[in-house]
Amino acid sequence: MRLTTAGLAGGFSKGVVGVVSRVPLPIEARTDRILVAETVPNNPEELLGYKGFLTNAKLERQIEALPNVSSVRDLDHLRTDDIIAMEPVNGFIRTVYRPDSEHNVIFATERCNSNCLMCSQPPQDRDDTGALTERNLEIIRLIDRAPSCLVISGGEPTLLGGRLLAIITALRDKFPDTYVHMLTNGRIFAWSDFTSQLAAIRHPNFMLGIPLYSDDSTTHDYVVQAKDAFDQTMMGLHQLARYGLRIEIRVVLHAITVQRLPQLAEYIYRNLTFVEHVALMGLENIGYAPRNMDKLWIDPHDYQDLLESAVEILTTRRMNVSIYNHQLCVLRESLWKFARKSISDWKNIYLDECQTCGVQEQCGGFFQWATKLHSRYVRPVDSSKISGQRTPGAPASRPSFGR
Amino acid sequence: MRTFHPVASYSASSELGYRLLPFRFLRLDDGTEVLVNEVGEFVLAPNGTARTLIQKQLPRTSDLYATFKAKQFITDDSSSPLLDLLATKCRTKHNFLEGFTKLHIFVVTLRCDHSCHYCQVSRQTADKISYDMSLGTAEKSVELMMKSSAHNLTLEFQGGETLLAFDRIRYIVSLAKKQAELSRKQLEVVVCTNLANLTDDMLLYLRDEDILISTSLDGPAFIHNANRPRPGNNSYELTIRNIERARKVLGTGKVAALMTTTQLSLQYPTEIIDEYVRQGFHSIFLRPISPYGFAVKTREKTGYQFNAFLKFYLTGLAHILGINKNGYDIAESYAKILLTKMLTPYGTGHVNLQSPDGAGINVLVYNYDGDVYATDESRMLAEMGDHTFRLGNVLTHTHKDIFTGDAFLNLLPASCNQSLAGCSDCAFQTYCGSDSVFNHTTQGDVYGHRPTSDFCKRNMEIIKHLFKLISKKDPEIMRICFAWIQNTSLKDISNGAPSCG
Repeated sequence: MRLTTAGLAGGFSKGVVGVVSRVPLPIEARTDRILVAETVPNNPEELLGYKGFLTNAKLERQIEALPNVSSVRDLDHLRTDDIIAMEPVNGFIRTVYRPDSEHNVIFATERCNSNCLMCSQPPQDRDDTGALTERNLEIIRLIDRAPSCLVISGGEPTLLGGRLLAIITALRDKFPDTYVHMLTNGRIFAWSDFTSQLAAIRHPNFMLGIPLYSDDSTTHDYVVQAKDAFDQTMMGLHQLARYGLRIEIRVVLHAITVQRLPQLAEYIYRNLTFVEHVALMGLENIGYAPRNMDKLWIDPHDYQDLLESAVEILTTRRMNVSIYNHQLCVLRESLWKFARKSISDWKNIYLDECQTCGVQEQCGGFFQWATKLHSRYVRPVDSSKISGQRTPGAPASRPSFGR
Repeated sequence: MRTFHPVASYSASSELGYRLLPFRFLRLDDGTEVLVNEVGEFVLAPNGTARTLIQKQLPRTSDLYATFKAKQFITDDSSSPLLDLLATKCRTKHNFLEGFTKLHIFVVTLRCDHSCHYCQVSRQTADKISYDMSLGTAEKSVELMMKSSAHNLTLEFQGGETLLAFDRIRYIVSLAKKQAELSRKQLEVVVCTNLANLTDDMLLYLRDEDILISTSLDGPAFIHNANRPRPGNNSYELTIRNIERARKVLGTGKVAALMTTTQLSLQYPTEIIDEYVRQGFHSIFLRPISPYGFAVKTREKTGYQFNAFLKFYLTGLAHILGINKNGYDIAESYAKILLTKMLTPYGTGHVNLQSPDGAGINVLVYNYDGDVYATDESRMLAEMGDHTFRLGNVLTHTHKDIFTGDAFLNLLPASCNQSLAGCSDCAFQTYCGSDSVFNHTTQGDVYGHRPTSDFCKRNMEIIKHLFKLISKKDPEIMRICFAWIQNTSLKDISNGAPSCG
């Protein structure tokens, strides 16, 4: 699924965020709208009052009064009511919100204070926090219908500091019923003043997804490439619990993290008994991961014993556990009931082998980058296997975000 | 472009080594050692591990090293010792102390229609009403109970046979409920009774007041009736019939049963357990006999050697596990208490197996004559003429008098096993408790002498046995343990767990 496109930018020097309209609108309805059209209207009045204009046509002459991107390579994916961001100079057009999707992300920043070996979204060392916060607040203003859920992600959203609190406050005020799931490394919450400020917002439907990669601090710090990250995250988790904030633990499974997965499960129970959910997640072959694959790769088929043991430890202790980003053919059948269809729609694919599979309906499939690397045990499964199983991918007690 | 660093950049520097955090250890008899940290987290490891650990020779890159670090047995310069985390876990383990005295036992009468050999109470015949709690004493007792800072109170009626003084129960319940409402406390009421004198009116009252019943069932008829003689020798039949009546009116979950182990019982662990299953109970407490009351006087008849009890207990536990595996849920209450301490972050406030000792701190006993005792056993001891643990009298002492008086203060130094000789360095300290009253009764002082203590022997052996069970890593046994701990069914636990074991 396409979420970005580009063309020739003109008429603006600062990013513009607006709502797509593929049909011309009466003048009074144009304020927040970006008109998307195959051709350039002859009458300049037809472009009056819009926030922006996109076309795949070539401009005969520049439109100075209106932010526009012309000669756009591909516009077909843009639908009326999508929210898009037009970037000056490079002419990028990013789809930043789709009203018909359950997988919308408020992208907080590209900066990060960790540098995980398998990061799917490698951090950038430039300060984008001001510009992105402005954009995100505008997106929230433009969203018309309350979404059922939203993810705040990055980078590391907490690096926004007070700006993050402003975004969460805006969400609370406009969409109190929207479930907001924030992905963060949790390190900053070791400092209780920030934690107390977040808690003070009292967002009624808010949960934090925080990764913990090992019960061993050295292994965790190594995975996230940050000294003392384990201590900070552990202290942060306890501060969050102290303020009654809801927490999910996320573990990305790869060669380094699976070795002590059962010990980690026990550690979570003993030390983080208060967490609401534990998500055990398959590796995403994008970002930093391909560069570090020699250290990270283990065929998911080869860690099923460890995974099953960890799930057994958590479930017997009445902790909620889900498995994300795993294909049913690779996952041991006893674990199917924990599998969720977790991969965001825009990057979710199935392979050729899947065409004849009897359980494809129930299977979460692959990240689109799995074409390059996936388990050697991927194969069609007979549909009779699914009978007697609780349907995999059945709604978890909360929406599942595989990111 | 950012770069990546090798794992060595994040591990401890080898020169500085590691430091020890508090832990204790014990060699089991099967080639393994158990090491237990300050909050009950344990590591089962081969013999010699403790020595290697203490001599600072554990290799930094070994799996065990990571485990000991994660479980806060050791700390090194790769991370902070996270002492706040340890403190939080310690607080969680001792959460049962919150609110102070929660269990309040009212001895409404000493009269009884039974004449059990092991009776711990020195019963009086059913017509001696001078052994009933007077209204004035009842009022003062309720007043004292309400002085407890605990938010959730349990009011438990004991005897004698409580139903013989049912008017007192009604009076005290109505008084206590009124006062609990005024002081915004939650009140749970339990009546301990042999049920023999149960009437329909009583049942309706118990139902309307939401009162729980705890009765005695010692096993099948030939054991129960032998243990619990009464005129007509029909205690078993009466008990079973009345359990059914009570369940119909109150609901199955409102009626519990306790058994007492006698010399006779020792030979029939499976028969006793099967009787509990037959009667539809989902828990059984394989209790040793207490060395109090008539139980001491008739030691010839009921007394037995400690080893015989241990054999009885372990045979029973194995039988109970088998029954669970076959699909019927039944928990052994003593194992459940210990397993909760061993396998969860939580503690339990079982008055006879906690540190500090529950005497006074978690339980107070209000005797029919107004005397206040530290434990149920203390008043039994008093009936034998030893008033050591009489903390005061409701008619003459205030709450403050009682908890600052010599009798209570004399208990305190012996109440924490953390500071008792033989316990302070025991691997099982966090799982065990201290029982000053038991020590005083059996060994002549509140501190006790561990090498000759039955309390110590019993707990050591049972905890060792539970570790052996755990070390088998049999998923089904672990599921049963967690079903007990979490008061749920094996089926429920298994439904949540991966479907093959």
